[in-house]
Amino acid sequence: MAGPEFEITAEMKQAIGVASPPWTYEVTTTSVRSFARGVGYTDPVYFDVDAAKKAGYRSLPAPPTYLGTPVFIPGQSSDTFSTPNTGVPTVKHGLSGLLDGGTETEYLEQICAGDTLTAVSKVSDLQIRESKSLGKMLITTMETTFTNQASGKVVATQRAQAIFY
Amino acid sequence: MSMTWNDVSEGATLPKLEKQPGVSQLVKYAAGSGDFNPLHHDYNFPQVKQIGSIIVHGRFKYATLGEFVSNWLGHNGRIKNISCQYRGMDLPDQPIICGGAVARKWEENGEKLAEVEIWTENAEGKKTTPGKAVVVFNS
Repeated sequence: MAGPEFEITAEMKQAIGVASPPWTYEVTTTSVRSFARGVGYTDPVYFDVDAAKKAGYRSLPAPPTYLGTPVFIPGQSSDTFSTPNTGVPTVKHGLSGLLDGGTETEYLEQICAGDTLTAVSKVSDLQIRESKSLGKMLITTMETTFTNQASGKVVATQRAQAIFY
Repeated sequence: MSMTWNDVSEGATLPKLEKQPGVSQLVKYAAGSGDFNPLHHDYNFPQVKQIGSIIVHGRFKYATLGEFVSNWLGHNGRIKNISCQYRGMDLPDQPIICGGAVARKWEENGEKLAEVEIWTENAEGKKTTPGKAVVVFNS
């Protein structure tokens, strides 16, 4: 837990705006099915390519909130979160407690199985808030932009807030 | 026939979606999302012992809200923006009920749009995951 003296230091602020190296996220029929199954979807468009095409999609659509699966490479990817851990700007706060704060995804196009995306992340904001049970908390906002590798177009942007305490 | 934009009225509620994810469902979600934080499956993890239980992934609730909105939209369009805040923990084997209502309906740059207020609530009626979504209709 953060002590009452916890504050955002100049060193922490240096992480804001620094872009991570690009990382590939794949959207495949298998990854869409696995995500849809994990959420508990029963709608066949997320499982059956024929059903997806009948509903007007190119292939299985990426379910809302799914933006592909980061390519996992041992040593370069987080064993816990599967996301890249090389070169991603980190905020040196020394806090061990972690909770998810909130997520926003803006979609510019429908993403479907067969799409390969490039993701670039940056820390966009740091805030301190106080909670009755957890005391001082550091709220970090990570913004990730997803670009379709074939078209070169940005297809989605996600802003994710993490709570460290 | 799926719902069209003309069928949408401000204040109308969305059909509810209820889930009661157990540990097995959370393990499937971990595999599907790649989020293997032990907070969501390992009863020996220190943070879990501190809380007293594993907890449902916030992102599972976010994805369930996405399913809830897309069920309502019925493939007659797509979600342009969806967001939520994780205000309270949900525990496995407890009801998670998605609710929502149309907050606004408008046209802009030739697009037929609607904004919906969405949330998940628990068995006590507490909204643990409030959020909103903007959808664009094909017709």
